[in-house]
Amino acid sequence: MASYKELVAEISQALLSIDKRQAKDILIRALDKYSPIEIVENIITPSLEYIGESWSFGNVSLSQVYMSGKICDDVIKTLLKPKGISKKRHPKMAIAVLEDFHTLGKKIVLSFLETSGYEVIDYGYGITVDSLVEKTIQDQIEIILISILMLPSALSIKEVKKKLKQANFTGKIVVGGAAFNFDNELYKEVGADYMCKNVSEAITVVHRITSCKITKEAY
Amino acid sequence: MSDKMTSMQRVLTTLGHKEPDRVPIFLLFTMHGAIELGLPIKEYFTTPRHIAEGQVRLRNKYHNDCLYGFFYAPIEIEAWGGEVIFRDDGPPNSGEPFIKKFDDIKKLTLPLVKHTKCLTKALEAQTLMKQRVADEVPIIGVVMSPFSIPVMQMGFDKYIELLYEHRDLFEHLMKLNEEFCVEWANAQLEAGCTAICYFDPVSSTTIINKELYLQTGYKIAKSTLSKIKGPVATHFAAGRCLSIIDEVAQTGTAVVGVSVLEDIGQIKNACKGKMTVLGNLNGIEMRRWSAQHTESVIKETIAKAGQGGGFILSDNHGEIPFQVSEEVLYNISNSIQKWGVYPLNWIE
Repeated sequence: MASYKELVAEISQALLSIDKRQAKDILIRALDKYSPIEIVENIITPSLEYIGESWSFGNVSLSQVYMSGKICDDVIKTLLKPKGISKKRHPKMAIAVLEDFHTLGKKIVLSFLETSGYEVIDYGYGITVDSLVEKTIQDQIEIILISILMLPSALSIKEVKKKLKQANFTGKIVVGGAAFNFDNELYKEVGADYMCKNVSEAITVVHRITSCKITKEAY
Repeated sequence: MSDKMTSMQRVLTTLGHKEPDRVPIFLLFTMHGAIELGLPIKEYFTTPRHIAEGQVRLRNKYHNDCLYGFFYAPIEIEAWGGEVIFRDDGPPNSGEPFIKKFDDIKKLTLPLVKHTKCLTKALEAQTLMKQRVADEVPIIGVVMSPFSIPVMQMGFDKYIELLYEHRDLFEHLMKLNEEFCVEWANAQLEAGCTAICYFDPVSSTTIINKELYLQTGYKIAKSTLSKIKGPVATHFAAGRCLSIIDEVAQTGTAVVGVSVLEDIGQIKNACKGKMTVLGNLNGIEMRRWSAQHTESVIKETIAKAGQGGGFILSDNHGEIPFQVSEEVLYNISNSIQKWGVYPLNWIE
């Protein structure tokens, strides 16, 4: 039976070729040896992280990243979930596209995070600053992920930060999207805590924040 | 000012892969004209006179080598019946996609350029620009490529799914979009534009891989460009294109707009004698550039791509953000007057 490393390589290849049948066959074989949760944590998540990171280096295209997430989403729902798979314990988090209708980035991050075992509330797209602040406070969100495409939407995050602070929000603001990929300083300018240049970084950042928060709670 | 050529002469010389009097600069303004005229962005776009006047003023102010006959990205979506959302601090954005489900593609009807108000308004602005500058300054018209506009027509995620999973409907949509794109491009050339900028970010390897590009965006560009009756510049709107550059050259484009994510020196070498390189200043970072940093970026870009002509300095996205200040723009303009004069003997 193949090792985790071999299976990650195999499934990454299938995903990048947008070969859903092949991806499913690989995971059916993996189920002979590994539990559904082991498959998610040690095969699917590392593979998606590898694909997301490769996009930043220009080795993989965004359409491949999106389709990889979609295939994994589907395979988990149809193949792994029926065999029993539990969600991670983690702080409450939500995701939104601020002010515009460009939803691809949010969809990719949402699907990769869910595939990795996180539960994320989806606030949708075209959300205004006030509405985002209101929902975040009302739902007692601890990690708010904000996706944007255009520079003016990125700059509006300043206002989100200001209003969240006024409402005594103590969580973390994580941002990502095209404008941030062209300016490493922009996330600081708008007052975000973290910036992610690709979906792989989003998973890493969320994992870091959640691990830290869970550890703090445990003590 | 040391300029010895008109902007048109300068641009044509560089397009011929020869060195003009100085490196041409295309500051691709869409919203700064509103500032010049003291108008809110939405009001600025109501009248063709505003756009023409704004462009002429901006050219004079910053020694720009083109007038940009572009209104805003979703103007074509407006023509197809979609929604455009204006804001006070940035470019108008497309609203909810009007193709809600894949089967809607079968019901689409083609907008007729000359009977579509938003498009005729842009054509009128381009004609006014032509009356103002005659043949001294190139006027750049803009089309969204048939391959890239579906991102606004149906949303990016749905479009990627269409590409991979519904090829028959994809082909149908491409046929309609190509027909519209050709008619729209040729109408702009008739109205007075010198060349057409063909925005095709989906063809960049940032969005699709080379194999898929060769099956789709490449063929569509080749077919579309062959029907446009004037010179075309292909712009990837900050997407990567180095690994497909030979194929891009084969589509019939004269110019390629490139990203700051790639080395402009490498791109220039790959394009040598085949295409003029347009780029690749970082518009997002530009807001924060000091005078010293601006000069250093301009100098470095010219050093990498300027020699031998075949180069136009521009931003990497095809639109200068509204937040870029007058001071930064003056610094860019002054730096090109200082470091862009041919021959570039200061380059070691």
